Amino acid sequence: MFASLARRIVYTLPIMAGVALVCFLLVHLAPGDPLVSVLPPDASEDLRQQLIKLYGFDRSLPEQFLSWVWRALHGDLGTSIASGRPVAAEVYKAVGNTLMLAAVATLIGFFFGSLFGFVAGYFSGSWVDRVASLLSIVGVSVPHYWLGMVLVIIFAAQLNWLPATGAGPGGSTDWHWNWEHVQYLILPAVAKSVVPMGIIARTVRALVAEMLAQEFVVGLRAKGLTDYGVFRHIVKNVAPTALAVMGLQLGYLLGGSILIETVFAFPGTGFLLNSAIFQRDLPLLQGTILVLAMFFVLLNLVVDLVQGTLDPRISRA
Amino acid sequence: MAILAGAPPAIVPVVFERSPGYWATVWRKLRRDKVAMAAGFVVLLLVLLAVFGSYITPADPFKASMLSRLKPIGTAGYPLGSDELGRDMLSRLMMGARLSLFMGITPVLAAFFLGSAIGILAGYAGGAVNTAIMRTIDVFYAFPSVLLAIALSGALGAGITNSLISLTVVFIPLIARVAESATVQVRGREFVEAARASGASAFTIVRVHVLGNVLGPIFVYSTSLIAVSMILASGLSFLGLGVKPPQPEWGLMLNTLRTAIYTQPWIAALPGVMIFITSISFNVLSDGLRSAMDVKQ
Repeated sequence: MFASLARRIVYTLPIMAGVALVCFLLVHLAPGDPLVSVLPPDASEDLRQQLIKLYGFDRSLPEQFLSWVWRALHGDLGTSIASGRPVAAEVYKAVGNTLMLAAVATLIGFFFGSLFGFVAGYFSGSWVDRVASLLSIVGVSVPHYWLGMVLVIIFAAQLNWLPATGAGPGGSTDWHWNWEHVQYLILPAVAKSVVPMGIIARTVRALVAEMLAQEFVVGLRAKGLTDYGVFRHIVKNVAPTALAVMGLQLGYLLGGSILIETVFAFPGTGFLLNSAIFQRDLPLLQGTILVLAMFFVLLNLVVDLVQGTLDPRISRA
Repeated sequence: MAILAGAPPAIVPVVFERSPGYWATVWRKLRRDKVAMAAGFVVLLLVLLAVFGSYITPADPFKASMLSRLKPIGTAGYPLGSDELGRDMLSRLMMGARLSLFMGITPVLAAFFLGSAIGILAGYAGGAVNTAIMRTIDVFYAFPSVLLAIALSGALGAGITNSLISLTVVFIPLIARVAESATVQVRGREFVEAARASGASAFTIVRVHVLGNVLGPIFVYSTSLIAVSMILASGLSFLGLGVKPPQPEWGLMLNTLRTAIYTQPWIAALPGVMIFITSISFNVLSDGLRSAMDVKQ
């Protein structure tokens, strides 16, 4: 148990280093002068040199990379070129919002995905199965940002039930779990939840159908166990995989929230990425991507470990 | 010597019933799957629209008119209304099929070739080559795909070529992983060993034995990526990172029509309907192919 835990953690370290390298190289992939957004076109050569020195662009690439990693490990992701504020503070604020949105969306997706998946797998082949399977394929096929727009059209523009954009009456600051604030979360969370809903439904459906066909289920039934008893056995077998898929989906939603956050003007990491890209604010772009990617790597690790704990057969394999 | 009585036994020609080939079997199974065939038909229509759409548009998809901006659906001369610059929506949606499908399918196609090559090389070579390739792939795999696509095209800058490059880079690791594990499985089979024992070169073994057995699963997996790619590619254009105006592309059209969601909401939603129809058709067709080809996930 401990050995497998240590092995997994050690295996993750080189991946983290690689991820950091890719994030770092993104800036150098970018064509054009990284200072273009701070310097006025008529800036003197002297000022240019000063800024190049300030941002460290005069040193060699490996040197820049190592000092960037070193500072990142100490919580310093540099200074945003556009706003002049520390990147770490901006990302920290945005990550909280995105995480909240992604977590709510994942829970909605998990609830309905498991429900549809179970029903479809249990009544495999019936019309219930067909409806549930249709819903899950719609979930994975619908462009979620378009769904977000449609939800805004119906529930904000036409019915006026829910706010169309933003993250609370007072902007993003001062969040409370009350209706005033939560109503801002509903539409983006529902729009984001369809992909995990579809994927979890498909996974659960396949697992339940496979379980029901196994001999131990026949055995349990022959022993006289009720449907509820059989159901409990199936849940126990399906849960580790379903939870693992849920964990990974949370990571995908965290990293992939730029489209929904753009539609809803939701002040999260996606919104931050959007402004970083269009203002060519490379330190901000680099820092945001690094934090999101690291989050995803760590989440994968946690999912692996939790899955191994829930289902010891996996870590022994 | 006894003379055998009767006529000598007739030589009965043994008729070998030619068993239907692999693809014929797949096609026969697929044809019975009505849902998949319907999806395939929609895909065929979309492809025809992409190729010939620009010749049959009822109006000029680029002709703007300030006087006929955002006409509702059903206006005379504008069967699906007009967009924020007064251009005919029906014509733009038809014309949009070309770029949208091109942007969605090309990266998967490119990643299919590159990813298969990388994965098969890693799987067949094994050892240090495998480790070097697959650990690099793991790093790219460690990014959520939307994040990687946006990070790359954000860094490279907007444009069709840059979006295609970013999406190809996103899909290569996914396909390479499938190709590698399929190749490793085939490499351990007896017929590969037999071929090697009989002196076949590595190239011949890969060409004949490995490719023949791994391309099916890789192909099915790749078709399942087309829907993802369609959504991602139009998403990049939606963000302003892909196709540039005034080219008609569904994602970009969704973006420019966002200002109209309070005035002509259903026109603003139309391009998304096209993306949705395309991606669901590709998904259903890919599911049908998967069960017809009997590929396990």
